[in-house]
Parts: sequence; C-alpha cells; structure tokens
Amino acid sequence: MKIKKNIPLIDQHDKNGFWGKFGGNFIPETLKKPVEDLTILFEKLRKDKKFIQERDYYFKNWLGSPTRFIKLENLTDHLDGAQIWTKVVSDLNGGAHKSLNATVHCLLAKRAGKKYIVGDTGAGYAGKMLSMAAKKFGLKCKIFMGAKDIKRQKPNCDAMRANNAEIVPVYTGSQTLVDAVSECMRYWVSNCDTTAMCVGSTVGPNIFVKICGWSTSQISKELLIQIKDEFGEIPKKLKLINCVGGGSSSFGFWNEFMHYNKKQVEFIGVEAGGPKNSKKHAAPLTYGSKIGVLHGAMQYVNQDAEGQIEETESISAGLDYPGVSPLHCFLKDTKRARYTAATDEEALNAYQLVTKFESLNPSLEPSHAFAEAIKIAPKLSKDTVLCINSCGDALKDRDILKKRLGK
Amino acid sequence: MTVSPISLAFKKCKKEKRPALLTYTVAGDNTKKKSLEILNSISKYVDICELGFPHNTPIGDGGQIQTASYRAIKNGIKMKDIFQIVNKFKNRKNSKPLILMGYYNMICRYGENKFLNKCKQVGVNGLIVVDLPWPDNKKFAKKCKKKSVTFVQLLSPTTSKKRIKKIINDSHDMIYYISMLSTTGGKLKISPKKILENYNSIKKINKSKNIVIGFGITIKTINSLKKADGLVVGSAICNEISKSINNRQNPVTNVTNIVSLLKKRIS
Ligand SMILES: Cc1ncc(COP(=O)(O)O)c(C=O)c1O
Repeated sequence: MKIKKNIPLIDQHDKNGFWGKFGGNFIPETLKKPVEDLTILFEKLRKDKKFIQERDYYFKNWLGSPTRFIKLENLTDHLDGAQIWTKVVSDLNGGAHKSLNATVHCLLAKRAGKKYIVGDTGAGYAGKMLSMAAKKFGLKCKIFMGAKDIKRQKPNCDAMRANNAEIVPVYTGSQTLVDAVSECMRYWVSNCDTTAMCVGSTVGPNIFVKICGWSTSQISKELLIQIKDEFGEIPKKLKLINCVGGGSSSFGFWNEFMHYNKKQVEFIGVEAGGPKNSKKHAAPLTYGSKIGVLHGAMQYVNQDAEGQIEETESISAGLDYPGVSPLHCFLKDTKRARYTAATDEEALNAYQLVTKFESLNPSLEPSHAFAEAIKIAPKLSKDTVLCINSCGDALKDRDILKKRLGK
Repeated sequence: MTVSPISLAFKKCKKEKRPALLTYTVAGDNTKKKSLEILNSISKYVDICELGFPHNTPIGDGGQIQTASYRAIKNGIKMKDIFQIVNKFKNRKNSKPLILMGYYNMICRYGENKFLNKCKQVGVNGLIVVDLPWPDNKKFAKKCKKKSVTFVQLLSPTTSKKRIKKIINDSHDMIYYISMLSTTGGKLKISPKKILENYNSIKKINKSKNIVIGFGITIKTINSLKKADGLVVGSAICNEISKSINNRQNPVTNVTNIVSLLKKRIS
C-alpha cells in the first residue's frame, strides 16, 4: 500500500472502491442503484465548470469561506515552544466544517431532482448544517440523531428545528452517532427513489467518503494559500493537528498537503480516548482495533471477538463513533499520518487553557486536538509551526461545559 | 453432481403445486433453547428455514428483526451457539434445508474459510449475506459452492435489467427477490400484482432458477403472491415472538400456530 503522487487520495481506490484494504461498498442490493446513480452524477459534476462555480459561490458568499488563519500569540508564549496557529473553521456559517459537505450534498440532490434529503448527526453539527442547506435549497429535511445526543447537544437541535427539519430520535443500541447512521441508512433503503442521503462524515459506502472528502478539502485549499502568504513558503517543520471522529475535518485539513514529505508536513490525528479511567473509547486507530465492516465500508472499528460493534464513550458527541474513515485507515497504514488520543479530561483542560488565553471558543471535538498541541508544543523548537483545526464552536457544548467546569 | 436439498425442496413444492414456505427466525431469540425449539416445531410446515445470525448494526433490517436481534445478542448468543443450534436441528430426522442469514462483518471476523468449513460441518445448506452484493460477492460465492453451500443472490426493484442478468448468471440454485424498497418488515407498499409482474419478468430470464419473494409478507398478503416459487416470512414471525414475550405466552406455540396458518394459506 502506497500513496500515489499527482492523484487526489479520494481517487486512489480500486474498481471495487477500496483504498488498499479499506472502503468498498458493503450495502444491501437495493442501494446499489442509488449509490451508482450518485457516483455517476458526482463524477460528472466535479468536472463541470458551472457546478464548481456554483459550489465556490456558495462556499464564499453563503458559508463565508475562506476562514481565518491566525496565530495564537498568548498560548504560544505560555507554552514557550512551537508556534501555535489555528484555522478558525468554526467561522463558517453554522459554526463548523460540516456545512461544506452538507452544501455539496444539497447541490447534488437538486441536480438529481430529489425533493427530500436525510442525514445523520452526532454532535448535531452535521444535522444543523444539512437542515440549513436544505432550507436554503428548498429541500425537505429529516435528521437522524441518537436519543443520548439529542439530550447533550440541545442548542444544535434547536437550530435544526428552527430550520424546519424533523429530528428523528434513535433509541437503538448506544443511542449515539453509530445508531443514527444505521437508522439513516435504513431509511434510505426504504426511500431511495425520492430521497437523497447525506452521510455526515468521510464514512459510509465509497462514494460518500469521496463526496465528503472532496467537499471538506476546501479547508486545506485555503490553508495552503494562507500559509504561503504568511510564511512565503511552507515552513520546514509544520504539523497539522486535527481531531478525528469520522475524519472529515481532518481529511479536509490535510488533503492539499498530502504530497509533502511527512518530515516537513506532519499530520497528527487526535481521536477521542473517552473518560480517563474507562475502558470504552472512540479511538480505533490509536488503540489498534481490528478491521471490520461498519456502515458499508471496511475499516478499523471497535468490535468484539464475534464481530459485534462495541459501544463507545466520549464527552464529545462528534467523535463518539466506533469506526473511522477508510481514508484514515489508509493514511495510518501508509504511515502518512500519526494518530493518538486525548481523554475527556485532557480535552476539558485544553478547552480551559485555550479559552483562558485566547478569544477562541473551540468545541469539545477540536479541544481534543488542542490537547495534543498543548502536550507537544513545549518540547518543540520555536521555528516549528503547529496548526490546529478549530473546526467547531463550543456554543453547542454549553450544557456539558457547565456541568463539568461550572461555566 | 448431487442435487442440493434446497433444490429438492423446491421440486417437491412444485409437484404439490404450491410455493415453498420459507421462514426467518433469529438464532437465540428469545433464548438459545427456545429458538431451537421453534425451528424443530415449525419444521413440519416449513420447506426451508432461514436462521439469522444477529448483528448489532444491521443496515437492512426493520424494527421487528432489529428487536429480535438485540434480544438474542442481549441473551448472549455467540457464533458457536448458532452453529450448535443448526447442528442439533439438522441432526433430527425430519429437519429441513437451512439457510443462515446475516451481515458480512460476522463472517469476516470469524474468518471466511473457517466459517464455511463450520457451515459444511453442521449442515448449513445456504447463506444470505445482506451487505455483500454482487459483484463483490463473486469470490465468496465460489468458495460457498465448493463447500456445497448455496450462496443466495439478492435482487431488488432497483436492480437494473442488465445487472439482473449478470447476477442470475452467477447465481446458484436459489435467488431472493426483495419485493419493494424497504428494510425487512415494512408494510407492503406496492400491490401484489405489481410485485408478481416484476417477479415474472425476472423469472423469464432463466426459468430453471428458484426465485423466492420476501419482505413485507404476512398472513394477510401471502395468498396473493402464491404464484412465486417460494415466499419468505420473517418480521411477522419475529413480531409474534415479541408479542408472546409481552403476553407471557409460549413463543414456540404461538409461532407454530402462525406458521401452520401461513402454510394453509398457500396450500
Ligand atoms: C465540530 C466537530 N468536529 C469534529 C467532528 C468529528 O467529525 P469528523 O472527524 O468527520 O470531522 C464533528 C462531528 O460531528 C464536529 O461536529
């Protein structure tokens, strides 16, 4: 397994949809046709200048791209090591990177002549953004969300309802993201003739991984330009740190830097380690989970000896998922990216430190990435540039933060 | 080559001028013991038994089968128990052909080859893997054939004509036609007449294949689909188990009663 140069990573799969051992299309027969239709449509439109113009128009004028790339001066001084920079992706309309994928899916659904769109959500951002984009583009929207997540991410649920989306609570299993994705896929099996489906991250059958990765790559497109503007060139020691749930923000944050030598541009993915003393986690890459099938794709996934998917635990609903994108499995095995985990407590501490020193309010997901940055920065030279993707705003975490930190 | 027990079952039904009755129950629902008792008890009315090996993230199953699966998993059912159930069932004098049905991750985790060896050893006659569609299943289907296990290909209303032909070409002695766009257990949302129309156009491609219809079939609807080679009833049975548990009744008796009724409707 090797990464090829000059071909986008999303296209480096074989004819069965596998990146090395990962990905594919493990789906019921009924979904073969709609998946194929979507594939044909997407492959056509990504080469269509007018479609690209339309996408760029909405990214810029509606979502507010490009987002800021800024230095966190106070945090840098405090840690007294590497320079700490961040890309404030949470500036995007809606408050997170999920709006990029949601917008593209709605544009595709319109072109396909669909009137309805459905999607899954964990943290509620994917759902909020899909409901927002659906409203913008005149599609009726249903969002599947675990009952546990509905309780812990209320502000985003309020936003979905305000956008006239129906939230369908999912009570099966752990009542979190994994169950929401399953229920959403089941709904699509029954309604694929009239309804488009948006998968909220770089997971699912091959084409959903591709569309999402293609959409979030906007982040690194902007970043590449911003870094060159700022430093005149790509710094000799650049580390791009990103939290990894399904992997859409991290993949999008890294994509345009894929072919730089990893000694120059290192990718660090931070998974959710769960509570400090709990055996449960949401870090299949860090903790060596076995390969298996989840939601239509072969990937590293938390599972027991029988092949039952295991329950996860994380303070961050957006990272609370037992599997991970086949793209990240591939990046792990080819050693292009390095993966580690931060515990709930480390993420909370990072949140406190960042908000103490900076006027930035990263949600619990990127707080995991900040935790890693805070850990390694003091040991690194001053010419090392750490850039963290601040991919979500903590507004949605209001209740959890209040409970855990009294804020 | 010897004729498979599955083919023989269809032949017998044809002679009796009726469709084959196939039932689906989940192994370990609601206990290991009860699920074997159910199989043993319904066996005299059923032509082919489908037995589900439950998975906890089933992307093709509706509420009733999910409930049955969670119940079985919660009661601790393991792959080794499932093979044991099959083994015991198949060792009885009047057992019927048995098809295991489930999701690929369970097979993958067990190991494809080890899984098939075990299937052969305990007497599994066929396999349905919900999330391993054609052509991705070609290699695995060949392995099945080598072990004399029928790999059941699935067709759906969304499957294109061209694709149907290719799938039929690669199919073994039984094919499963999904009646409508739905997970298991949905209400029939198109007319039986329309389902049979679709069915017949598929059947015409190769008359020698045994094609069964499943999804949404209940006591109420089974009679109207009698022209098919075989009919699968799953959710209606799983639901009967749920009801029996809620009403503190014996699921074995209740399930046997509705299976005998189903049989009457198509005889
Ligand atoms: C703000 C934020 N960051 C990260 C994630 C994790 O998803 P991904 O790894 O796909 O970026 C989520 C998911 O809901 C999120 O809302």
